[in-house]
Amino acid sequence: MSHEQTSLAFRENTVRALEDTALRAAMKQAADTFGTKRADAFAPVADLEALRDRASAIREDVLANLPMYVDRFVASATRAGATIHRAKDASAAREIIAKILSERGAKRIVKGKSMVSEEVDLNSHLEAAGMEVVETDLGEYIIQMEGESPSHIIVPAIHKNRRQVGRLFADRLGVPYTEDPQALTKIARKALREKFLSADAGVSGANFAVADTGSLVLVTNEGNGRMVTSVPPLHVAILSIEKMLPSLTDLPAFLRLLPRSATGQTMTSYVSVITGPRKAGDATGAKELHIVLLDNGRTEILAGESRDILKCIRCGACMNVCPVYRTVGGHAYGWTYPGPMGIVLTTLLTGMEKSHPLVDASTLCGACVEVCPVRVPLTDLILGLRQRKVRDRFSNPRERLGMEAFGKAAASPGLFVLGQRLAGAFWPVVRALGGKDVAGRMPAPAKTPFRRRLP
Amino acid sequence: MKVLLFGTCLVDTFFPEAGEATVRLLRRFGAEPVFPKGQTCCGQPAFNAGYEAQARAAAEHFLWEFDGDDPIVTPSGSCAAMVKHHYPRLFRDDPKRLAKAKRAGERIYELSQFLVHVVKAHEAGLRGKGTVTYHASCHLTRSLGVREEPLTLLSSLKGATFIPMPDAARCCGFGGTFMAKLPEISCALADEKAASIEATGADTVTGCDSGCLMNIADAMRRRGTKIRVAHIAQMLAEGL
Repeated sequence: MSHEQTSLAFRENTVRALEDTALRAAMKQAADTFGTKRADAFAPVADLEALRDRASAIREDVLANLPMYVDRFVASATRAGATIHRAKDASAAREIIAKILSERGAKRIVKGKSMVSEEVDLNSHLEAAGMEVVETDLGEYIIQMEGESPSHIIVPAIHKNRRQVGRLFADRLGVPYTEDPQALTKIARKALREKFLSADAGVSGANFAVADTGSLVLVTNEGNGRMVTSVPPLHVAILSIEKMLPSLTDLPAFLRLLPRSATGQTMTSYVSVITGPRKAGDATGAKELHIVLLDNGRTEILAGESRDILKCIRCGACMNVCPVYRTVGGHAYGWTYPGPMGIVLTTLLTGMEKSHPLVDASTLCGACVEVCPVRVPLTDLILGLRQRKVRDRFSNPRERLGMEAFGKAAASPGLFVLGQRLAGAFWPVVRALGGKDVAGRMPAPAKTPFRRRLP
Repeated sequence: MKVLLFGTCLVDTFFPEAGEATVRLLRRFGAEPVFPKGQTCCGQPAFNAGYEAQARAAAEHFLWEFDGDDPIVTPSGSCAAMVKHHYPRLFRDDPKRLAKAKRAGERIYELSQFLVHVVKAHEAGLRGKGTVTYHASCHLTRSLGVREEPLTLLSSLKGATFIPMPDAARCCGFGGTFMAKLPEISCALADEKAASIEATGADTVTGCDSGCLMNIADAMRRRGTKIRVAHIAQMLAEGL
């Protein structure tokens, strides 16, 4: 199903989320668990800072030479037998994928987890073309059944508890109610097995694309990723252009950082490296492999001041530690990517006019910067976008007047002291104007400010 | 040793007791605090809201008021971080002011940093009383990297018991203009922080940033909790 962007209603979304006690409990528990597991997983990594430096440097090199690495990937993947498609934007990506699938008469599609496919709203488009699209990641399977979108880039159903999932399965699948996670997983596995075996095509994303070898790298836990990419005769992968890594020798650094940052695992259950379609003598693999490389504004981002967001490897660590995200969950952000990285990416990909309240959705506490495995300067990027919001006149006019007055007072001691006195004298008025939101939460100014108490 | 005291606009306007305590501490440890009379605000409210021109105006004024070679001391991690890390960014295209900004960044100390590293206040055997817990404010901890100094000072207080708070460095939800723009989340975060504080059983919570302490005190009021909220300068000065 299609999901309209609601980022402009961020504050209203947060108010609704704050009233949802089940969501808040689920978020707090999950975020705390991931935070603890992440810390435990990194504790024995003695060279963590050097590892982050290395990963950061590799990602910077990729961005500095992105067109070259993309061309190299296209050439290598083509040599390996894959067919490459370049999609300028979301609608191009949808058209390309729908065409590949419909030309081959594919009706039943199994999908691996892919945030890029969410970004281009692929499912609703394929469904409108008469295809059955089944999400096979357990979390994605749950939210697809519920008609929701992912609320976390790694843990899409993070906002749900097992009782909610139990009721959902009982309602939709006609199974007896259970809230036992293992039993629920078995139910999903049984339903999904049939889908895998009868699927005409698998659609997946990719965590990385290796330029030297033309390989796609998928880092997964449930095995569904491997089924999607190897059981059906046709595999279509969609990924955004910045997912490049120069060579396979760069991969180990990321395989050490990504699972630890994402879920606190030292390694995931599966790491798939897919280089071209099945060749003569191969035991498994899709017979046909298509790779759709999505730009969707990234070339423009690369040329701008927020380019560092393209270093992101989508581990989700920034959202797990973000005080705002862990309190309201991902849906409040109103588009595909939530949390600190989502604030930046959503604003850049969808435009300030559709997302400007998001840039204020951070206390600038810096917890995200502290955990980012590739050193994306998230708070600096958010500050940069706030400056752009002001430049592009999306800021509140009353705030603008207030800040202009602040600028003058901060540069002039006379005005500053006058402002201080006025605030003191008219505090009840200031409090009434500011309401409970601001002035009501601050004490009245001191009768004698510090500067006049100095001996 | 002469030090230039940057009171900060919050302490100056709302919490003069924290400023007075800072002066007493500095004098006790042999520093001679001088308060540049024309000082205003470091510019953080404008900077964090995206108003670069207004933040630059404030920063230019700060650099003028605090010119020279003397150390600058301020009872705020957040304002010290603003000067140290964001002033150079504000003046990236202005070589003359950039040099001054960098110099100011080297000269500025958050109070607990100065007390531990320069005057060794933790070795003075200051007195304290009761039980105290500590909120590690965000910019102090993660931007300035001041993690141990406040703990060193608080654990040195004779007669007081220090009780660590779980997740002490988790944001209290203040965030400057954040508290005004997204008050519902801000209050929810402050409530979470207040609950952590209450769970320690301490009778006082302290910290190095008045903004956060103000936000925490507000949550305490809403919850009807009787835990005292005091700036670290006040905690320490009481034992002089």
